[in-house]
Amino acid sequence: MVSLKRVFMKCYLALILLFLYAPILVLVVLSFNDSRSRVKWGGFTLQWYGSLFSNRQIMEALKTTLILGFGSAAAATVIGTLGALGIEAMRRRSYRVVMSVTNIPILNADIVTGIALMLWFVRFMPLGFGSVMIAHITFNIPYVILSVMPKLKSLNISIYEAARDLGAGSVYAFFHIVLPQAGSGILAGFFMALTMSMDDFVITYFTKGAGVNTLSTMIYGEIRKGIKPQMYALSTLLFAVIFVILLLFNILSGKGKSTDDIVERSR
Amino acid sequence: MKRKYLATPYIIWVVGFTLLPLITIGISAFTRDNGTFTWSNILAISEPINRQALFFSLAIALGCTLICILLAYPAALFLKSFRFKRKGFTIFLLVLPMWMNFILRILAWQMILSKNGILNFLLGKLGIAPLSISNTWGALMIGMVYDFLPYMILPVFNAISDIDEDTIEAARDLGAGSMAVFRKIIFPLSMPGMLSGVVMVFVPAMTSFVIADILGGGKVQLIGNIIEQEFMKSMDWHLGAGLSISLMLLVLISLAFTMQNDMEDRGTTIW
Repeated sequence: MVSLKRVFMKCYLALILLFLYAPILVLVVLSFNDSRSRVKWGGFTLQWYGSLFSNRQIMEALKTTLILGFGSAAAATVIGTLGALGIEAMRRRSYRVVMSVTNIPILNADIVTGIALMLWFVRFMPLGFGSVMIAHITFNIPYVILSVMPKLKSLNISIYEAARDLGAGSVYAFFHIVLPQAGSGILAGFFMALTMSMDDFVITYFTKGAGVNTLSTMIYGEIRKGIKPQMYALSTLLFAVIFVILLLFNILSGKGKSTDDIVERSR
Repeated sequence: MKRKYLATPYIIWVVGFTLLPLITIGISAFTRDNGTFTWSNILAISEPINRQALFFSLAIALGCTLICILLAYPAALFLKSFRFKRKGFTIFLLVLPMWMNFILRILAWQMILSKNGILNFLLGKLGIAPLSISNTWGALMIGMVYDFLPYMILPVFNAISDIDEDTIEAARDLGAGSMAVFRKIIFPLSMPGMLSGVVMVFVPAMTSFVIADILGGGKVQLIGNIIEQEFMKSMDWHLGAGLSISLMLLVLISLAFTMQNDMEDRGTTIW
């Protein structure tokens, strides 16, 4: 009886995983499909992988996506970490006000955030790469702050204050006291910001103007005329890279201290 | 220098790129092209087409949230009962799909669900009559639940695995059955996780336009689709801004009752 229950539980989880991974399986299969049609299997091929790197448009969009992702995540991590340090030192009332405002981009619908930024940008700057970058940094910062803040609360900030009192500069104190203790939160914040930026479509769509394309907006533009098969190849590659990185991260951090720790403390 | 001044760049950024844009969209919503004041852009939400789209969006978002909760609880409970060696691996499995571009994943669902698609092919092999779900509400709902389910499972799973095993043991020892344990212990203690899941599912489901674009086959108009067309096709920015503000207010009101909880710790719960 007990084992029947466990079989049922396993089947349920397997179905959920199948539901989550079925479309990914479809896309991976399509990347090896020797046919431009989406519904017919035309045999195995690697030609989409071969022609991927000579496709100027896709490479351009990939470059934009990566620069945006890493650039906005890095900027957001710096501004957000400093912000969290400062906010943590505020009095109760200003703390509450600032944290409520910090939640706005997370709670607000993407479409509203995107439109608000667009209407604001057109008043003083042309829409283009710059406006998308600012938009991405804007929606990334809250994720960094929310990852770093719990760490700051749990580390003993008086040690930082003590270091300052004993004559350490704020930069020195940051690198020697705060960073070692809050590092995993900052890293989690950076990674989350990177994920959000790479995955974003809506806000980029409204703030990008003509001529700039990320992978998301390029795919959206191709829906009607049909997705280039090279796009499936690129997505499969990106997915494989992330899969390996996350897997290694999981295994390595599982050996020393468990990943739970990082996940746990960043909450 | 006092430590709180470290937040200066952030404060400047928030004022410049979060608050001022919101004020701008507000001004846009309450004015005409010539700059005079009007209520008409805000009130446009009550026109039949918009009202209907808003109603559909609300229904879809509520349905999607409910289905996600119903699917997420058993999943989270079962994951916990298997006591995977590391919680990190479970989270890894749930986060990984997000790294495939979401528009491509929704397009893949279109291929799976279409008339000559993979699902009907498999059903045919089993001798079952083909389904015609493509371009219907059903397809739209599958796509929405698919896209947002991880955002519900993760916080619920986190909340459930934080529950002290001793509390559950104690309840069992005192004679509580599985149902009673769930109702009296697991459900109340996982409530904060579920609420943050609700926020992360309901808001995007209510305002999304891409999923309806792809899986609704152009027949389904959600409020997000109408706003998007106002900006990208009709080019009536004031009307679009008005509809956005109405939508934003509606979402905020819907969330108000879930927001009493401590706001500061929200948002990172999924990690």
